[in-house]
Amino acid sequence: MRGPALDEDLLAGVRDVSPLMLGIAPFALVAGIAAVDAGLGLAEAVGMSVIVFAGASQLAALELLGENAPLAVVVGTAMVINLRMLMYSASIAPHFAEYGRRLRAGLAYLLTDQAYALSVAEFDENPDRSRWRYYLGAAASLWIVWQIGTVAGVVLGAGVPDAWGLTFAVPLVFLALLVPAMKDRPTTVAGVAAGAVAVVAAGLPLNLGLLVGALCGIGAGLVTEVTAS
Amino acid sequence: MTDALAGLVASPRAWVAIVAIGVVTYGIRLSFIHLFGRIDGVPTRVQRPLRYVPPAVLAALVLPDLVTLGPSVAATLLDERLIAGAVAGAVAWRTENVFATIATGMGALWLFRFVVFA
Repeated sequence: MRGPALDEDLLAGVRDVSPLMLGIAPFALVAGIAAVDAGLGLAEAVGMSVIVFAGASQLAALELLGENAPLAVVVGTAMVINLRMLMYSASIAPHFAEYGRRLRAGLAYLLTDQAYALSVAEFDENPDRSRWRYYLGAAASLWIVWQIGTVAGVVLGAGVPDAWGLTFAVPLVFLALLVPAMKDRPTTVAGVAAGAVAVVAAGLPLNLGLLVGALCGIGAGLVTEVTAS
Repeated sequence: MTDALAGLVASPRAWVAIVAIGVVTYGIRLSFIHLFGRIDGVPTRVQRPLRYVPPAVLAALVLPDLVTLGPSVAATLLDERLIAGAVAGAVAWRTENVFATIATGMGALWLFRFVVFA
């Protein structure tokens, strides 16, 4: 590795992601609690958090596993929820294109909503940043907190009352990332349209409402961009 | 917690699901990151819509967690999650501070849940 051991770009990623941990830690706790509820043990809960490392899909899969749903439905639902990462992968890929295959393979494993949103915003604003180190600082921090939180959730089990609504921290994290992402008219229209469609389509099976909403939002943003110019 | 102990031994069903979801999810993550190392740059046809990915996907993730369409407008709007979310959204807009957004949102949720609507 080039540069000093405690790299400035790496630390910037760690620093920028740290406020998000307030939402991620309870989210991970909930994932651990949900694993126990679904009848899973510590090994499976940690295995899922390490192998899948995608909170929303983990929660959905755990719910379905607990209901003894067919495996194809469990995997299919998780896949649909994670399809949004196809868009993240495409969006962040140009920033990583110059790196070697192995580094890119490692960076891809750590791709999450938060690491993606933080990094592309930083790369836009601060082109001098080392991209992989900033991203690694943010994404690896998320990974560590996610694993610790999952274990804590399994150990604490049902000790945390449902009434606290800890899962509400999850949309709050996304909300805090969403507001600055709506920075001009077309991006605002994209967000509003996507949100409205997702609410109306919330009843669709396999969480398809998320994808339908996102695609409508992207379309609305493009249309707004074209009509404005 | 006997479930936790039993889980340590064997649960092939869960492991099959975990590994399958993991492989599929990693494939999705790697897709374009892998591809763009092989082709030269990103076509502009792909670049333009990508600008709208963050607001669209984030909004589609957030809004269904804040809004549940009720039988009436009042029932839809008088929801503790929506009100807490609106307060948090206003804080996010004014401060662009993640900590403040989460703290206000959770505080507002608890205020409505345990005090106002209790």
